[in-house]
Amino acid sequence: MSAPSVLYDAPGPKAKVRNTVYSVVFLVLLAAVAWLVVAALNNKDQLTAKMWSPFLSGDTWTVYLIPGLGTTLLAAVLAIVIALPIGAIFGIARLSEHRWIRVPAGVLVELFRAIPVLMLMLFANFFYVWYTDIDSDIRPLFAVVTGLVLYNGSVLAEVFRAGISSLPRGQSEAAYALGLRKVQTMLTILLPQAVTVMLPAIVSQLVVVVKDTALGSTILSFSDLLSNYRILSANFGNTIPTLIVIGLIYVVVNWVVTRLAALLEQRMSRRGRSSAPPIKPSAVAVTALPGGDPL
Amino acid sequence: MDFLSNYDLLGAFWVTVQLTFWSAIGALIWGVVLAGMRVSPVWLMRAFATAYVNVVRNTPLTLLVVAASLGLYQTLGVSLTTDTTTASIDITNFRLSVLAFILYTGTFVSEAVRSGINTVPVGQAEASRALGLGFMQTLTIVVLPQALRSVVAPLASVLIALTKNTTIASAIGVAEAAVLMKTMLENEGQAGSLVFVVFALGFVVLTLPVGLILGWLSQKVAVKR
Repeated sequence: MSAPSVLYDAPGPKAKVRNTVYSVVFLVLLAAVAWLVVAALNNKDQLTAKMWSPFLSGDTWTVYLIPGLGTTLLAAVLAIVIALPIGAIFGIARLSEHRWIRVPAGVLVELFRAIPVLMLMLFANFFYVWYTDIDSDIRPLFAVVTGLVLYNGSVLAEVFRAGISSLPRGQSEAAYALGLRKVQTMLTILLPQAVTVMLPAIVSQLVVVVKDTALGSTILSFSDLLSNYRILSANFGNTIPTLIVIGLIYVVVNWVVTRLAALLEQRMSRRGRSSAPPIKPSAVAVTALPGGDPL
Repeated sequence: MDFLSNYDLLGAFWVTVQLTFWSAIGALIWGVVLAGMRVSPVWLMRAFATAYVNVVRNTPLTLLVVAASLGLYQTLGVSLTTDTTTASIDITNFRLSVLAFILYTGTFVSEAVRSGINTVPVGQAEASRALGLGFMQTLTIVVLPQALRSVVAPLASVLIALTKNTTIASAIGVAEAAVLMKTMLENEGQAGSLVFVVFALGFVVLTLPVGLILGWLSQKVAVKR
């Protein structure tokens, strides 16, 4: 029988005993930490039914959490839908043969990847205050989406660039040999294949966007899922249970999106529609210096 | 331009640098420990590390920072400092946000290190096992030194992302760059575009050299195969 990992042999009798000892020690450690946490929570009456019962009532969900989740998802979907074409344009521009297109596009992309999303949102908010008359109810949504679009547009530009560059050169050479123009080659040969390759990376970028929408709730009073902690903990005095429940909703939503990305990736590699293998979301981050990882 | 000298720009960015520095050190250690657990022969450690990474990575950092302040400090009374002077609340918020950054960024470090471990050729680990090294020896003497060299570039990306993420500490009132930017935008009206440019350049100055230096370093230390 081969070992489950190259880092260690299949355990013999001695190693089995040792591993069991480690397991027990680690379990005791975990239990100790868990006990400390539970004791601390219990000390402050955080585990009583009164703290958690609000989450059993329908109102908590229909009035606060679900509309909040809706706003979060709305902002995330709007941001990614607007950022996609912008990312495509800038990604293609960075691959241009003309220096006067390639260089400015590169500078813009690198610049917006270097600025924290929070600052982009903040500035967008004030920009709308100064120069537009967008209603103050909806302004936080505009600011959050603008910030996310600016940042993710530049991240997706890198994804598009990586996707298009990952295609074999024979693809464009064959297209040129057939007499297609550069624009035709890009639109009919390269881009369709690149999108197929990039889909998993784009879907996992959605996880980043969903998490980043939460930035708006603290500094812009954007009424998303996270912002409900203020209302709920003010009503019921249960800060910790509220934050745990809201956190779990984020985790579940992002887990579903991640699973979707994995499924898409499997599907893509099975169907073999593209001349290049799908790019892993992390592969972009590895090559993407110095703007940083889309965390 | 004059109004810029009315604010402590350098001071605010210095707090950003300090936040980044302490969080980066903590996240590097915590991330390597997590990665070690994820490849360990002990099932329970693997399960714990996998669960931890998958849960924390999918939680918004804003929520973790808010939870550190409202949950850990204000409800449970964990302040991470013994200081009782008036400055204690600043120290508390600073340390709590560093804690949240470490817990969050550690998951990304662990993913990077784990992918680095996968790039080390199988023969390296097989050879060290053939020499009679145990798991810890194989990992710390043979595999990790090579793995860490190959993940300098991804870790640089994580570090840059961390630098930008420190602005989230503004959510619990740590006086770093984003807080000052908000104050300045509120005070300066339409001169605020200049404020934005200044802060944007500040972050470019902070992140660009890090990216360039670590990018250069990653090529220098890469194991030639």
